[in-house]
Amino acid sequence: MLLRHTDKEIKERVALTVNPAKTCQPVGAMYAALGIHNCLPHSHGSQGCCAYHRSTLTRHYKEPVMASTSSFTEGASVFGGQANLLEAINNIFSVYNPDVIAVHTTCLSEVIGDDIPQILAKAKEDGRIPEGKYVIHCNTPSFVGSHVTGFSNMVKGMVQYFAESSGNKLNQVNIIPGWVEPSDMREIKRLAWEMGISTVVFPDTSDVLDAPLTGKHQFYPKGGVTIEALKSAGDSIGTIALGHFASAAAAEALDAKCNVKYEILDLPYGLLATDRFIDSLRRMAKVVVPESINAERGRLIDAISDMQSYFYGKRVALFGDPDQLIALSEFLVTLNMRPVYVVTGTPGKKFEEEMSRVLHEIPEAKFKQAGDIYLLHQWIKNEPVDLLMGNTYGKYIARDEDIPFIRIGFPILDRIGHSYFPLVGYTGALRLVEKILGAIMDRQDRDCPEEGFELVM
Amino acid sequence: MSENLAQDFAVTREKLLKVYPTKAARKRAKHMVLNDPDPETMPEIEANVRTIPGIITQRGCTYAGCKGVVVGPIRDIVNITHGPIGCGFYSWLTRRNQTKPIDDNDYNLMNYCFSTDMQEDDIVFGGEKKLRQAVREAYEIFKPKAIGIFSTCPVGLIGDDVHAVAREMKEELGINVFGFSCEGYKGVSQSAGHHIANNQMFKHVIGLDDTVRDSKYKINLLGEYNIGGDAFEIERILEKCGIDLIATFSGNSSYDYFANAHTADLNCIMCHRSINYVADMMEIKYGIPWIKVNFIGAEATAKSLRKIAQYFGDPELKERVEKVIAEEMPEVEKHRADARTRCEGKTVMLFVGGSRAHHYQDLFAELGMRTIAAGYEFAHRDDYEGRRVLPTIKIDADSRNIEELTVEPDPERYRYRKTEAEVAELKAQGFEFRDYEGMMAQMAKGTLVIDDISHYEMEKLIAYHKPDIFCAGIKEKYVIQKMGVPCKQLHSYDYSGPYAGFKGAINFYRDIDRLVNSKIWGYIQAPWEKNPELIATYVK
Repeated sequence: MLLRHTDKEIKERVALTVNPAKTCQPVGAMYAALGIHNCLPHSHGSQGCCAYHRSTLTRHYKEPVMASTSSFTEGASVFGGQANLLEAINNIFSVYNPDVIAVHTTCLSEVIGDDIPQILAKAKEDGRIPEGKYVIHCNTPSFVGSHVTGFSNMVKGMVQYFAESSGNKLNQVNIIPGWVEPSDMREIKRLAWEMGISTVVFPDTSDVLDAPLTGKHQFYPKGGVTIEALKSAGDSIGTIALGHFASAAAAEALDAKCNVKYEILDLPYGLLATDRFIDSLRRMAKVVVPESINAERGRLIDAISDMQSYFYGKRVALFGDPDQLIALSEFLVTLNMRPVYVVTGTPGKKFEEEMSRVLHEIPEAKFKQAGDIYLLHQWIKNEPVDLLMGNTYGKYIARDEDIPFIRIGFPILDRIGHSYFPLVGYTGALRLVEKILGAIMDRQDRDCPEEGFELVM
Repeated sequence: MSENLAQDFAVTREKLLKVYPTKAARKRAKHMVLNDPDPETMPEIEANVRTIPGIITQRGCTYAGCKGVVVGPIRDIVNITHGPIGCGFYSWLTRRNQTKPIDDNDYNLMNYCFSTDMQEDDIVFGGEKKLRQAVREAYEIFKPKAIGIFSTCPVGLIGDDVHAVAREMKEELGINVFGFSCEGYKGVSQSAGHHIANNQMFKHVIGLDDTVRDSKYKINLLGEYNIGGDAFEIERILEKCGIDLIATFSGNSSYDYFANAHTADLNCIMCHRSINYVADMMEIKYGIPWIKVNFIGAEATAKSLRKIAQYFGDPELKERVEKVIAEEMPEVEKHRADARTRCEGKTVMLFVGGSRAHHYQDLFAELGMRTIAAGYEFAHRDDYEGRRVLPTIKIDADSRNIEELTVEPDPERYRYRKTEAEVAELKAQGFEFRDYEGMMAQMAKGTLVIDDISHYEMEKLIAYHKPDIFCAGIKEKYVIQKMGVPCKQLHSYDYSGPYAGFKGAINFYRDIDRLVNSKIWGYIQAPWEKNPELIATYVK
């Protein structure tokens, strides 16, 4: 047994986290910053943070993840990190020449109280920031929230540093896609394009973390939202923020700064959330939904109706990030499945409120914010499930308990696909349907008696 | 090494330095040398000093070296990371230290991650209370033999005393509880964390169990972390030779092995950088000599086995070792000869770790592949230039931060394992105690050695010199491959292995062969990019 010490009996824990369902803020800020064109994320802390975040993102994407660090040693921790950050800014512009350095803090620089805006002002004053270049920042204390919070903070930082209102409204919609994959961001842009809507999507990691192999390393790949586009976000007719936890803060900041009205929607995972996304987009941009999108929707409905009996009543356990879990659980309910255990490590009451809404017809459902995967495993041991969905760490439970397992969320360290094939939109929902059916039906093929082995299913 | 390449590297070195601002260039210049293997004329290289902020380094932190590398692989300790969630999360199962519990009832805590997940209140009001409670809960639920507490950056800054908490909890719970002051900022790289781990394991665990096993040739293997099953293969070979492995620090290991390690008669060091401290301390306290071995490469494995046999001096052991080598080598030779037909003459660059960039040169040499440039991520000067330079290494403020234990011979248990006469005789035979000659002594004249290579330097080095394979870690892997050059990860082995010992060598030949000769490198250009001439279109 891989997790041989996980016991059925649930003892109360108030201080010890075992097998976390979250990680810390800075990695989210780093991921978000990679979605700005010609941007180098910078970790203001000791080297390990940057090394760990780059490693995790690299393992997840199998792609280069470029980022730098202030390389704190004990001296910097005692005297403050200003000298390190100033030197880093100098070296980065000399050697790597980005348009933007996106600084995020760490628990170390937060605890010693480094004042980043003051340091950046000094850098500007000393002439360390070349003309036309930018250094932006956000605070990402690791002891607050989770990686999702860090992502949200960096996206908000983009608004605070760049968005401007010129007084002239532009016929474009901002879409804040939330913490989704490059494939999802590409799909969101495609859907808007199908509807004939101009968009500013930020951050946008498509063509950054799914770059082609050409024989040359593009240090700054061609993707990412441009500074120009970010500035223009203040003139857009509206903002659609996908996912409360990852995107709401930036949308609110943009409204406060530039008076751009916004709608916060669930991540467009599955049928109903995609319906709401398309509908909001249509109303905001005042366009008619084209036939091509109706057809995509129709194909999804068709596939679900063809295979509906396989989903019915299946008990599912899920863990991951709140925005994903809320939308995913709703879709599972749509499929007549039963999401019975749902755990996120990210703290936030909003999660439990949303889950109560989504799971109101599943009375046996248990869900928890600020929980961990160890607890989820204990729930499963007490009453098993038919399917497990979560990041790669779920494979240890799946093997021990012999449960079909679908990898979804962050990080996925042992399979590819997430960066290439979307989960958002109707096409993404179809991919989810295919994955769920594949897992359930492979299990049936494996476990059924020989006489019940079906050719046609 | 050809004269030309040496000249090219001299030019490259100048070009690499040009891009940096003056201050950074001055510092980086000391980390790049053209090699001369002759100890008399070997250049001095700067190592184990602060990384320049912003240059994009491969390096990690002290916590990673302590918890991630040295103590993490011990399967029956509950390792609690005291800090915000990230550090524990990132070091959770990501280093491939395989472990095999003795049976179904044995402990295996390797697949778990334990953290105090410090929140803002803990930072403001102190985290000791939460830590104490977390240790209690860990004991209550998992009933381990021992609990280790690992400090992350904020812990030192807010003044939590993890050692006091450990002492209290040891008293309260009646099991061994010990702390590590391995805050990420403590040193200039992972290396400081190795030292801290060595110190604490020496202070709190080694020597707790005096049971002496009834066997003839008792050794410890130090600095072998069982990546991809390396330790399993070494265990197999040692067992076949009749050598009794008391403890491995720390691949496939148990707390109990550490407790009993001082009963061995010889310490064999694999990774000199991460573990030499404890070898020195065990020699002083218990009288156990240490030697440097290397089980990476079939030839190196044979050499190391012979060295161990020579130490014990028993003809029976020598004979058995020769028999094992004779049995194992034909299969190795067969695979080597085959892979060599496709790999011979290819060039290699290795920039990784604190010993791997050296050890793997042996394996590549067995395939007829030439190392043209190499360097470590976190090693010290002695790992480059050999231990002979130890007296000349300046101790800077960052190194002074790390505790140096004062060790004395144990009044009861000190017993030098060899008499003076035996030592003299072995030395006369050319046997080296406590010696490591370093990487540069083994590399050809004119090859390029770069310490703590930056991303920029790496990318330019590849662009200018197009090696056939580049060895590094996960952060570098896909950059290198984007440039059309295959990369072998030498931290994780690209999820393959083992590469140690005889069977490991065969795996390595196979993996390198299929990596450098993979068809995909030939398909990077589309046909229309190869022949871009325009074709006239017919216009009506």
